[in-house]
Amino acid sequence: MTLILKTEGLNKTYRLGGIVNAKQIQALNDVNITVESDKPVVIAIVGESGSGKTTLAKTLLRLETPTSGRAMVYDTVVAGRGAIPSKKDFLGLVQPIFQNPFEAFSRYRPVDIYLEETARRVAGMDGPQAEAAVEEALRSVGLKYEEVRGKYTAQFSGGELQRISVARALIPKPKLIVADEPVSMVDASRRMIIINLFKRLRDEAGRSFVYITHDLATAYYISDFIAVMNKGRVVEFGPARQVMSDPQHDYTRLLLSSIPTTTSRWRERRKVVAEPA
Amino acid sequence: MIRLNDLKISYRIGGRTVDAVDGVTLIIPDNCVVGIAGESGSGKSTLMKAIYGDIQSPMSISRGSIEYGLTGSDGKPVTAENVRKEWFKTISYIPQSSMNSLNPVIRIREQFIDFPGTDSNKKRVLERARAYIGKLGLPPEAMDSYPHQLSGGMRQRMMIALATFFQPELIIADEPTTALDVVVQKDILMLLMELQEEMGNTILVVSHDMGVHYQVTQKMLIMYAGRVVEYGDTDSVFSDPQHAYTKMLIDSLPTIGDDSMRGVIASQAGGGGDRTFAVEPTLIEVKPGHFVAQPARQRQGELA
Amino acid sequence: MSFDTNNADPVALVIAPASAKAGRRGGGLLWLLNGRLAVGLVILLVMGLGSFILPFFAPADPSLQATYMRNLPMSGVHWLGTNALGQDIFWFLVIAIKNSLMLGILVAVGVTIVATIVGLSAGYIGGMFERIVMLFVDTFITIPLLPILIILGALIRGNTSFFTVGLIIIIFGWAWDARTVRAMALSLREREFINMARFSGASTVDILAKEIFPYVSAYILVGFINTVLFAINTEATLAVIGLSKVEVPTLGSIIFWALSYNALFTGQYPWIVAPIIATVTLFLGLFLTSTGFNQAFAAKRGVS
Repeated sequence: MTLILKTEGLNKTYRLGGIVNAKQIQALNDVNITVESDKPVVIAIVGESGSGKTTLAKTLLRLETPTSGRAMVYDTVVAGRGAIPSKKDFLGLVQPIFQNPFEAFSRYRPVDIYLEETARRVAGMDGPQAEAAVEEALRSVGLKYEEVRGKYTAQFSGGELQRISVARALIPKPKLIVADEPVSMVDASRRMIIINLFKRLRDEAGRSFVYITHDLATAYYISDFIAVMNKGRVVEFGPARQVMSDPQHDYTRLLLSSIPTTTSRWRERRKVVAEPA
Repeated sequence: MIRLNDLKISYRIGGRTVDAVDGVTLIIPDNCVVGIAGESGSGKSTLMKAIYGDIQSPMSISRGSIEYGLTGSDGKPVTAENVRKEWFKTISYIPQSSMNSLNPVIRIREQFIDFPGTDSNKKRVLERARAYIGKLGLPPEAMDSYPHQLSGGMRQRMMIALATFFQPELIIADEPTTALDVVVQKDILMLLMELQEEMGNTILVVSHDMGVHYQVTQKMLIMYAGRVVEYGDTDSVFSDPQHAYTKMLIDSLPTIGDDSMRGVIASQAGGGGDRTFAVEPTLIEVKPGHFVAQPARQRQGELA
Repeated sequence: MSFDTNNADPVALVIAPASAKAGRRGGGLLWLLNGRLAVGLVILLVMGLGSFILPFFAPADPSLQATYMRNLPMSGVHWLGTNALGQDIFWFLVIAIKNSLMLGILVAVGVTIVATIVGLSAGYIGGMFERIVMLFVDTFITIPLLPILIILGALIRGNTSFFTVGLIIIIFGWAWDARTVRAMALSLREREFINMARFSGASTVDILAKEIFPYVSAYILVGFINTVLFAINTEATLAVIGLSKVEVPTLGSIIFWALSYNALFTGQYPWIVAPIIATVTLFLGLFLTSTGFNQAFAAKRGVS
């Protein structure tokens, strides 16, 4: 069994305000998650805004440093005391997918440049090798290199841009991909293309995912494990099917009952008789 | 009831004309919650703006008309020209982001009093307002606060209070809960449904979330590329969708407890997705009260 | 009526907003031109080229005194006449414009380079580095330029080289722009593509040069032109007070000499009026170009 993700007593406090009058915000409060598995997994972190899920993502991505505690990814300490890997090693281990596809790339640079740079700088490939890697990465997300080459952000849709982001993240063959609300800004009908892509990447390419979202339905759909966060704490954690079908914590139950589903109604709706045209 | 007659709303940009709404003909019944579903670029927000009377240059109504079938507070019928006078009286709007609509440097009660109500006694209006927001689950002190002192959910309730205070005949809610947490969203949606049943008016709810439509609306219309693709009773649309686009939207919704593969339809057609659809502007009634846009004729021949 | 979704004609009818097409790279630089910018550029081109090329045709070194008879009126030989020092006013003016422009451009280059490097690095790197640098910047901003220059000028009293004057203006002129660039870098720092670049293996220098710089380049261009204006103005002010090297012909020094010889009272109007008109025209050209670029960039952002 490999230790895929482990956080030990992870805390993050922010200080808001001036020198005299400051407020402490506890974004992460004693977060302890352990995920071990033989196969790659999708770990969903679900919660509402302010739950701490984005802070957790940023900590795993080393965009924030924890106030105390530490986090480990695939037996490597990535955050907190004893954080090991050099920047380059880290980039080969963990890669991100961010929320806003339209802000993922600079407006002034062609998007494929980012993929090429990742291949050269992070994966250490030379010219022809890098080209081949970019081509393959794009193919695995369903895009052709010649359709992407030399084009700018404004020439793509949100869904396409997210897929290009995924392609870029795949190039250094990271063991873990941290996706922070990757589909919340993509049109609803196109979301499943990307979600299904994550599934495929887990099963066929052996990549693990940390999937941060407020959408429980997609979390249920692809995750193996779910952590429910509220106000900086993990209130419930376990195998996805189990947590969703038999929630133990009140907050999880509250979340589940608040989702507008398309199967049962909260309140019966009176039928409206159509007026003659 | 509101009638939209072949409505077309266009704007000129960089020398081209773009049709945000491209020929919509529809009848919206009274005493009903109507959902308008669609994705970005579908034209749903523009359509709402047109009904609300908020179309400004460079946008304009380039074809067609809106018949409101409502009487204004002055006793005269409401038309596209005078609809602005009826804002917050006969027609009301609940925006997506309350922070953009409430003046951040003015206490909320001032924004209530500012409205030209039928009662010129400001004190009495304020008293009534305080009692009213109590009904909506807000403490009376909320009136005296500044917008930033209230939570997102409370602010949205306040917007609903402002929008419904004068008992308008038509309320347009444009993504009213998109910016809210899912728990707060449920409360707000329940509140809206209760209010609608009490007031017996029509609410148009725009949302990209099909779940919201299923819960709240009685009739639904699906928009795509500025045209109406499908229109009918919500139950009918969900249980028996007619148009390929509607089917794709519904197929894209994973449901908890359902392990089947989702998003199949969206991934079809060349290259892994971003499939597009052909839509004719004419709606034909395929079942009683259930309308579908005719698909465009194929190059090879007509569809059965 | 249902139909086979697999065979539906996938004709794209998606109406995309203007930004989603490849308009950005098309049409070259044509988007830049608007009326204001065109006029400004013409003025600058005429004055710039004129002042740099014409001197090759000057009959004599215009800065030498007593070359001609004094105080000759305007004629075919001396287009603006001669001044009390025996210099041809027209040719002196041409050289003066050239020198003023050269000074302005050199100072602007110096200021822009320093301000950009300091501002970008402070804004992006942040932390203690930023705080120390900004302390430095703010100190320079609060030092009032003119009094310092006057004091320095009084101490050195025309014994400074023209070059030193330029250097002094750079030293006191870079701080304000540095602050503005830093503000822009600060807001850019948080944007997602910066993180994307980091995870693509970019170093800090890479990010500053390739990611952040393009976004601030529009401002820097406008800032550059404004600094030219500022430099010419400051030098002219110093010259008029007599604190610059007044033997070197610049727009300011002409006015200095004209005032010293009481040109207004002795009726030698060309001497005092010509440089004023030249200065105003130059400033107009610079101003129109600067605001013209501003307008063009704003319009481009609005469209795309």
